[in-house]
Amino acid sequence: MTSDIAAILGIDGIATGAVYALVAIGTVLIFTVTRVIFIPFGDIAAFTALTLAALDAKRFPGTGALVVVLACLATLIEIISLIRSGDIRLLPRALLFYLAIPLAVVGIAWLVMRMEPPLAVRLVLALMLITPIAPLLDRIVFRPIADGTVLLLLTVSVALHFALVGLGLLFFGPEGVRTEPLTSFSTEFAGVLISGQTMLIVIAALVFSGLLYLFFDFTLVGKSLRATAVNRTGSRLMGIRPARAGTIAYLLGSLMAGVSGILIAPVNTVFYDSGFLIGLKAFVGAIVGGMTSYPGAAIGAVGVGILESFASFQSSALKDVIVFSLLIPILIWRSLASLHSEEEIEE
Amino acid sequence: MTDVTVCYDNVEAVRNVSLSVDEGQIVTVIGPNGAGKTTLLMAAIGLLASRGSMVFRGSDIRRMSVEDRVERRLCLVPEKRELFSDMSVADNLLLGSYSLRDRSGVQKTLDEVYDRFPRLRERQRQAAGTLSGGERQMLALGRALMAKPALLMLDEPSLGLAPLIVREIFRTIASLRDLGVSILLVEQNARAALETADYGYVLETGEVVQSGPAKDLIHDPRLITAYLGGH
Repeated sequence: MTSDIAAILGIDGIATGAVYALVAIGTVLIFTVTRVIFIPFGDIAAFTALTLAALDAKRFPGTGALVVVLACLATLIEIISLIRSGDIRLLPRALLFYLAIPLAVVGIAWLVMRMEPPLAVRLVLALMLITPIAPLLDRIVFRPIADGTVLLLLTVSVALHFALVGLGLLFFGPEGVRTEPLTSFSTEFAGVLISGQTMLIVIAALVFSGLLYLFFDFTLVGKSLRATAVNRTGSRLMGIRPARAGTIAYLLGSLMAGVSGILIAPVNTVFYDSGFLIGLKAFVGAIVGGMTSYPGAAIGAVGVGILESFASFQSSALKDVIVFSLLIPILIWRSLASLHSEEEIEE
Repeated sequence: MTDVTVCYDNVEAVRNVSLSVDEGQIVTVIGPNGAGKTTLLMAAIGLLASRGSMVFRGSDIRRMSVEDRVERRLCLVPEKRELFSDMSVADNLLLGSYSLRDRSGVQKTLDEVYDRFPRLRERQRQAAGTLSGGERQMLALGRALMAKPALLMLDEPSLGLAPLIVREIFRTIASLRDLGVSILLVEQNARAALETADYGYVLETGEVVQSGPAKDLIHDPRLITAYLGGH
């Protein structure tokens, strides 16, 4: 391998890693706030790409129907739970959040799409359509078992992923898509050609991570999310509702996953079931950060991207084997590290 | 609260307890370890389910969620403090005001809390987890005050603290009366609690066995032998 090839592979790896980093940050966000390891984030990313492709082809994406179905289900479940607890007075708010807003989003997207909007608007529409999915799934699937063990939540999360893949096939069909590049700009740096798309991926990952950091450090809502992650009982005693914190976390996480889906769509062909590998690789990155650290998850995800890039050069067929084999030494190292710190605490 | 019963796995930890706190009053619940004092407060804030009746400022709160009770300005400083250890002192205090809809007075309340606990002002950028035991208790109290509580419930505020700091904490509690805050104080340090309070209840194995004005209880011969260390 020459240094030129290494540089190309490195840049390619950083770009792929940046996409995984966005999903990994979303995964850590959801896990710390709700204790759910949300495997379907990869699916959310893939669905965003499919949604954007449908919008590009002037078809109304299946995402609209998916959101409508989920909104109706979530509303039904919310109404039943409100009747059971005798909180009928909360009904108007439930109808607004679980039915009116998601349906309005789909309605707006449908109307705007008929006007044949430019690419920037289509990007916003794709993100708008995708963001209600995870919060609605949270209401339908995770809220009723919110006090369950992490293992139960993970098992349900895996099941949910398979359900979503099935729904993906139903709503988007089996064809793969590749959207038009967001930019045709390219530049040469130290003798290596860097495409505008690659630069856009890295910049977007940095900007969105930065925005998330500002949100956590400078807003009361952001701080309330951190508080829920640090101490659930303590935050409830401050009047912070874990369910609401969870919804905000799912919204933000979906946005991160959605952006990564948009960024990856012009580079890779995305199918209805492509999300699993994206989600799983982001998960490996998140594990490097111990599932709690955002910078750790981002660095881990970029590491996975670079490793994947070099592995696919050496042996394309074995690249996933190489990436996932990485998980074993990392888990051993992390379990040894945590064992060590527990011993120190006991002393 | 009237006839409140709290169960853990079918075992009644608190049985038919009735107690009331008038506005601006400090009421203490004393009793030995395992008498059900903490359980009573956990039920009052809604972290544990209970039977009986619980009325707070005219509304029935027994079936309300913790968050709804906090929004009605019922606050608990739990025995474990439950601070946000990774976050700064200033952020902990700010989160104390989370339940307030009207955000205009937050900065003023924050200044008042800093005036009351100057140590917290000095350490406002420090992570809560790095504070000493006394400072942590001050932060827990300050954080609760940020919510402008109508009824403040304190669970063992003196637990694990040095005598000098215990005195400071009790002085602070007594001074809160001037702010019009009602206080329900649960304490093992019976003497300090009764010296601060207006009224007292004695809880033993989940039941109220005695109650009366604090100044009477402090001279009660049975209590002196059982909880106030003789003399």
